[in-house]
Order: sequence, then structure tokens, then C-alpha cells
Amino acid sequence: MSATTIGGGATTPGGGRAAGDDAGGVAAAAGVAVPIHGRAWTFGRDVDTDLIIPARYLNMKTAEELAAHVMEDADPDFPRKVQSGDILVAKENFGCGSSREHAPMAIKGAGIPLVIAKSFARIFYRNSFNTGLPILVAPEAVDGISEGDTVEADLATGVIRNATTGAEYQAEPLPEFMRELVAAGGLLPYLKARVAG
Amino acid sequence: MSMTITEKILARAAGKDAVQPGELIIAKVDFCLGNDVTAPVAIDEFEKAGFDSVFDSERIALIPDHFTPNKDIKTAQLVKQMREFCKKFGIRHFYDVGRVGVEHALLPEMGLVGPGDVVVGADSHTCTYGALGAFATGVGSTDLAGAMATGEVWFRVPESIKFVIEGGLPPYVTGKDIILYTIGQTGVDGALYQAMEFTGSTIDALSMEARLTMANMAIEAGAKNGIFPADDITKAYVHRRFLREPRYVYSDPDAAYATTYRWNAADIPLMVAKPHLPSNTQAAAELNGIRIDQVVIGSCTNGRIEDLRMAADVLRGQKVHPDVRCIVIPATQAIWQQAMEEGLFGVFLDAQAVVSAPTCGPCLGGHMGILAEGERAVSTTNRNFVGRMGHPRSEVYLAGPYVAAASAVAGHIATPDQVGSRKAAA
Repeated sequence: MSATTIGGGATTPGGGRAAGDDAGGVAAAAGVAVPIHGRAWTFGRDVDTDLIIPARYLNMKTAEELAAHVMEDADPDFPRKVQSGDILVAKENFGCGSSREHAPMAIKGAGIPLVIAKSFARIFYRNSFNTGLPILVAPEAVDGISEGDTVEADLATGVIRNATTGAEYQAEPLPEFMRELVAAGGLLPYLKARVAG
Repeated sequence: MSMTITEKILARAAGKDAVQPGELIIAKVDFCLGNDVTAPVAIDEFEKAGFDSVFDSERIALIPDHFTPNKDIKTAQLVKQMREFCKKFGIRHFYDVGRVGVEHALLPEMGLVGPGDVVVGADSHTCTYGALGAFATGVGSTDLAGAMATGEVWFRVPESIKFVIEGGLPPYVTGKDIILYTIGQTGVDGALYQAMEFTGSTIDALSMEARLTMANMAIEAGAKNGIFPADDITKAYVHRRFLREPRYVYSDPDAAYATTYRWNAADIPLMVAKPHLPSNTQAAAELNGIRIDQVVIGSCTNGRIEDLRMAADVLRGQKVHPDVRCIVIPATQAIWQQAMEEGLFGVFLDAQAVVSAPTCGPCLGGHMGILAEGERAVSTTNRNFVGRMGHPRSEVYLAGPYVAAASAVAGHIATPDQVGSRKAAA
């Protein structure tokens, strides 16, 4: 194995303040970009991982079990109210706190196909990418979306459309390395190919 | 090219002469770890991906500390999965009850991590080892699975922020107060993605325990890592302890920093972080009206011997307030034994505090001290998020051991002076 700089040298994603670990940008699912169309649930800044999935449930590790408690401490009825296809919209620093991958697992397990935020905490950013939960960094979209609005998003282009108001927004682009990981089918296939190579 | 400590360590681990902030690299890890929450998910991912070997069985530690001694059947299953994985791959740094301690106290104590290392852990408080002059950062379970299999992990090289702290600290003010003060100034995402580098005469005078406390909470400012330049205190700590060769790395005098903050140590009071963010700080002396139900003294932040000595200094000859439960949790077996031999347990028991087995336990609302609705705790741990220690409508106030112990005696948030302790300025 050779020493490597990934993605052709220095990259400063997004311009200005980095959004999360290891970059800001269009995310992350190691799959095909399917158009997303769902109802928005809005949250404030600093939504922490204990709020997303309280530690008392960390003796579980399947998406199904965890999804039954997603965002429960923010709103005890949320796991019942959220419908498959709904999306989360939050302000700065979404996913701060613990490294628990159970947080993106719980969100994904609830059928939520996308989180849009002004910025993401760094470990949550990595974990979303690694577990295939699409996330978009789009501050203007966050300001332009109200709870209950219908939102459409194209993960391939990063275009977000508020179907309720008609406004359209552009998410920060995906850094080149993230594209490489996505193309490889995710982190572990990427690393496996490196070792084999 | 001028570089910071963090940049130099990452350049070495990437096999490059130099790196700069923003650059994406693949680095070789010197050590990786997971716990009973994160390792089982990592093992699942490792197996799903079809890996059949680990990169180095001596450089992986799986530490069941969060819910141990196993709090329920589900937890027992998780720890069993870790035990079996370690047996299968010859990973000997697996420690069961009787040997285990809180991971970020245990690994430095055992000499498994040290200066110049690149350490990744599937636990956000992995940043603790920056106190030793290591680059250490928290990652998720899938990253841990990749690191265990290949010994590699990708990073975006962080910018560094420098904190220069000068002068003597007021009486009873500790590393915990410095880091709470710092987070209060920067906010919980004030160092998002960045490295926090701590220097200055105040830092030079801090014990290794105090530095571990500070580095531990770098994540609470959103940082990727916290780091302290090694000095004689570092060298004395790792001497005959660290199992590999230390690599002492220092920032170049003209290295670039995104920001430099300067604190005057004399301005830092005994601090408390109020619910529900570690940045929601206020001087402890201003919070006397806040009545409490529980005090927790322990964790990867403040469960080391120096912390227990501080608590004992305040509790000696005192009684815990009748309306308060005071739970003391030495972070490792070695700390437990030392505290016992120093007579600290006699002080705690006389004060009617309880001493627990090493565990993360109540810090994350796991077990061994959960709060009911409407209850309030003062805790030496690191997070005070909604529901962190129990019921979603319970509250956690973060503080250092002196304030925690004084509050246990007073029944409300208090400083040592307010319960009759006296100490001169350092």
C-alpha cells in the first residue's frame, strides 16, 4: 500500500467553514440517487445524539428496534407520527455528541431518506456517509422550509425544492473523495479494494 | 513547511513529508478501540463486509465499559459477542469485569496509547489521549470495522486553533473548570472539525490527570481532537508505562492557526455547565439556589485518582446532605485499589457516599444511578444533554470534583468554600 492523498490533493469543501468531518456536501448513500419527496419535520440547532436515540436504548443494535425510539426525547410521539419518506430539517451542528452509529441507523430505520441541515457534527457526518444515510448541507433551504412543508430533493445534483412554497435551493457539493467512496459502494468495500490492490 | 503537532502526526501516518488543512488522507492507525455500545455494531459490519483477519491483534482494544457489569440480557449478549470476536482473532486487549475500567482512563494507564500515536476509537471521547501528545479522535462503528481490518482510516486534515492559557489558577480551579470555561467561550460547535491545541504556563503546570480531563471534552466544542505538547510531565507519565516507543512531536513556531485564544487563568472561576449543553456555563458561586438530588463523581472525564482525592478533600469529616445520593465511581481497577489504599473510601463511606465498580454507568443514563422525572444531578461527567442521565425531564449540571463534592454536602450547587473547606491559591 502506498501513502496516499485521496481525490487529487487538497480539497476545501464547501468554501468557508467546513460543514462536518471531513467535508461538507451532498451525501452519502452508497446507492443510486433516487428522487426524494417527503414531509418535513423541523428541529433547531445542536440536536445531539442522545436526542436522536437515547443511550438507554443502546443495548439494541438493529435499525428496527432503534427506529421505534427515534427522536423520542425531543417528542415522545415522534416515532409514531413520523411516516416513511418524511425528512428531517435542522439548523447547525446536527448530530453532536456521541459517536453512536445507532443515530443514523435509527433515522434510516424509521424510513427517513434524508436529513438537511445547516451543518453536521463531524462524527455524525462520517457515520451517515458510512451507513448510507443521505445528508445535505444547505443553510438556505433550512431557512426556507417550515414544518409540514413538502420537500423534494435530488441527491445526484443537490437540488432541493420546497414543493409547498415553490422555492428551490442548491446544497453544497459533494467532495471528490466522497464520490469515490460512493462509487466504491461505501467505506468498507473501498478499504477492501485498497488492501487487495 | 511549517506544521502543527496535529499536522505532523497525520503527515507521518499518511507517509508524507507534509500535509495541510483540508487535505484528505488515508492514515495508518497506531491503535484502535471500541466499547460495548459501538464494537458489536463494528463486528457486525466487519463480518458483513467479509473480512477474515485483523490488521494487528496487539493494536486493537475492545473495552466493555458502558453497561458493565452487564445491566441486562441484551448487554450481556453484546459483551459476549465482543469476547468471542477477540478470542477468534487473538485480540488480548479485551478486559472483562474485574480487569476492565472506563476505556479512556484504562488505555493511557495501561500504556496502550502514547505520544505521537494516531488513535481512532468508536467513542467520541477518544480525543482524551491528546493529553499525551497523540492525535486521537472518535469515529463510528463502520470506521472502526475498517480500521480493525486494514489498519487504515481516512481523515480530512483539520485546521488548528490555539489556546494559550497563562498564569496561576485560583484556589480549587482545575482542568475541568478550564475546559468548561473554554467551551463556554467557543460554543459547542466553536471548534467544529478543528484541532484544539493547548499551551501556556497554566497548561505547563497541569498534572496529566488535568490534561486528560481537558482533552476529553474537546469533542464538546465540536473538535476533531484536542492536543497538548509533550513535556516532562508527559515523559514522566509514559516512562515505563507506554508499551511502544513514544514519538515526541512539537508545533513549529510559525505554524498556522485558524484562531488563537488567550485566557488569563486568574479569570477562570469554579465552573458549572447548566442543562442542556456543555457550553451553557456559569460560575458555580452564582448557582447556590439550585437544589440537587444526586451527585456523580467519576467517568472518563473525572474518575482518576487526583479527582477522587479532590472529592475526598471536601467530603472529609462531612456528611452528604440527607436529600442527596452521592455516587463515586473510580474509573479503573488500579484507581480503585489506589483510592482504597490511600484511605479515600473511608472518607466517602463516612460521608455516606457509595463507591461503585468501574463503569460509565450513569454518565450516559445506562445504569448505576439513573435520574427520575424532575430530578437534578451535579456530575463530573462530560455531557448534560436532555435525558443524558435518565428521564427526559431530569437535569445534569456538569462540574469538577470540588464543586460536585461540595454540592453533595450542601444539597445545592456549592463551592468548597461554601461548605467550610479552605485552600490557598496555587
